[in-house]
Amino acid sequence: MTTAYVPLDTAAVAAGADAVEAAAEAAGVTVVRTGSRGMCWAEPVVEVEDRGRRLAFGNVGPADVPAVIQQGDRHPKCLGEVGEIDYLQRQTRTVFDRVGGGHPLELPKTTVLGECLDRDPESLIAEIETSGLRGRGGAGFPAHIKWRTVFDTPGQQKYIVCNADEGDSGTFADRILMEGDPYRLIEGMTIAGLATGATKGYVYLRSEYPIAARIFQAALDKAYADNLLGGDILGSGKAFDLELFIGAGAYICGEETSLLESLEGKRGEIRVKPPVPAISGLFGAPTLVHNVISFAAVPAIMGNGGRWYADMGVGRSTGTMAFQLAGNVQRGGLIEVPFGITIDEIVNGFGGGTRSGRPIRTIQIGGPLGAYLSPEEFDTPLTYEAIAELGAGIGHGGIVVFDDTVDLARQAHYAFEFCEVESCGKCTPCRLGSVRGKETVAGIIEGRDVEQKLTIIEDLCEVMESASLCQMGGMTPIPVMSAIKRFPEDFRR
Amino acid sequence: MAKTDSESDDLVREIARRHLNRVGGVLVALREIVGRRGHVSRTDEHVVADVFNLSRAEVRGIVSFYHDLKTTPQPPVQIRVCQAEACQSVGARHLTRRVEAELGVKLGEANDFVSLDAVYCLGLCAQAPSMMVNGRPLARADLRDLAEEISA
Repeated sequence: MTTAYVPLDTAAVAAGADAVEAAAEAAGVTVVRTGSRGMCWAEPVVEVEDRGRRLAFGNVGPADVPAVIQQGDRHPKCLGEVGEIDYLQRQTRTVFDRVGGGHPLELPKTTVLGECLDRDPESLIAEIETSGLRGRGGAGFPAHIKWRTVFDTPGQQKYIVCNADEGDSGTFADRILMEGDPYRLIEGMTIAGLATGATKGYVYLRSEYPIAARIFQAALDKAYADNLLGGDILGSGKAFDLELFIGAGAYICGEETSLLESLEGKRGEIRVKPPVPAISGLFGAPTLVHNVISFAAVPAIMGNGGRWYADMGVGRSTGTMAFQLAGNVQRGGLIEVPFGITIDEIVNGFGGGTRSGRPIRTIQIGGPLGAYLSPEEFDTPLTYEAIAELGAGIGHGGIVVFDDTVDLARQAHYAFEFCEVESCGKCTPCRLGSVRGKETVAGIIEGRDVEQKLTIIEDLCEVMESASLCQMGGMTPIPVMSAIKRFPEDFRR
Repeated sequence: MAKTDSESDDLVREIARRHLNRVGGVLVALREIVGRRGHVSRTDEHVVADVFNLSRAEVRGIVSFYHDLKTTPQPPVQIRVCQAEACQSVGARHLTRRVEAELGVKLGEANDFVSLDAVYCLGLCAQAPSMMVNGRPLARADLRDLAEEISA
């Protein structure tokens, strides 16, 4: 009996996986839709299981299907046995280990939930503290401090909120997880609820991910049917309710306080911090807000122990990070590895250099508010600390590659433009600074009063950085100033 | 099929009431109105304000904040071209100019048949440039893919 595994993930569907599924069915094999292994460059990836071997094939079109099934590893599009593919073998998957193995709704629904139901909150929080887990959304804040704060803050109703508003260009890890292994997120959030005393949770998902929404909602329905969510989880008497909430198109709602405003049904304008959401979050109640990957890391930590997790990585950057390699690169995709790998190993080792074949001129790390780095810095290990020393941040793990045709002045212009489009408008440095910055860089590109304008940009960035209410205005200077610092020739033509 | 004003008000009122007691119900209701009718009109805003006991200004404020909450009728074909960095790195700006020329519509504009909007990231950054046509994602998109998708 031959089975073909075809991803239903957005990355595969956008590359034509639905037509491949139809072709496989026409060829008379059993078809199972799965999540994506994260080899995005090769999507649609089809895996064919026959007599105990599971072979993967890349960039499969509908017309390839009959030959792929017949010829097996002699077919030119064969990538090898799934367990032996270099790109995957070199990874350490603790969050994404199940993704791609089977249909997302047929994967094991729990791994450690039963045990966690028997553990007291203190032991669960202590496990997170031992693991050294830090928030994967961008700020890298120690998770256990948030957990403990929510636990310690009195409140009749506490909340768990998952930030799945993955708006950074170059990132797609949240999407791959929610489309490929939704139960992992449900389990992680449920455990967080048990640990903090929160009995209600929300997943705030961006509207640009309709496939993720469909799969995750189906997983929620199944989890309720199996008594994994609700008023009496697995007969334990403990309660946790979880709901999916879809955004309406606003990058700023990835900022946690703005997300909470949006979740309350309002304009997604940011709130002044403090108080932090862990003390006063959704409807003023103690609220644990984490990114998808932070919650999804929890089941493995509980299962293997915090010590196991802390033993991976370097220093205070413990565990694994799901890097996402994108842009002008040959083999872009999801790369889950322990912290400490160098930029070069990701960009050249995994990525194989640019897709265009031209030399790499820069990468942008950490999304649209992240720094542009030069190839001389590629031997830097990817840890929160080492990247911070470059004046940059790992953010949500996105790395976007550019070849030597990039014009960094235009990228700086875009950084301001993006801030202008997506600013919530609440504070002046961000709302007006973005517009002034865009106009000023436009003048630089035209070659008018360049030195004077560069001074203005520097001053403006200082104001935005120090006086903006949130990271939108506060970090827009990072791409701008990193580009000016490392690539001054693009600004002084 | 054209509906009379009162029928359309009834539909909006029904949607709003259904989400009245949900967390973030206003936004959920507005999203559903846009999902079913393509846009949210001034009258719709008033109905929603009435059901949720909000001021019209508050509802207007919400509608104007979110990119998805369109306030004008949308044409049958809605195209979104990603303008973010990963797509820029492989020619999204050039692709956008070509799509504009092909359709005769500028980014952010629409005609009776098609609308062309910017989107900032569809999560297809390793397979850039990307687009979305009526909610369907396209990876490594070019003009031919777009034409096929429109005619489908």
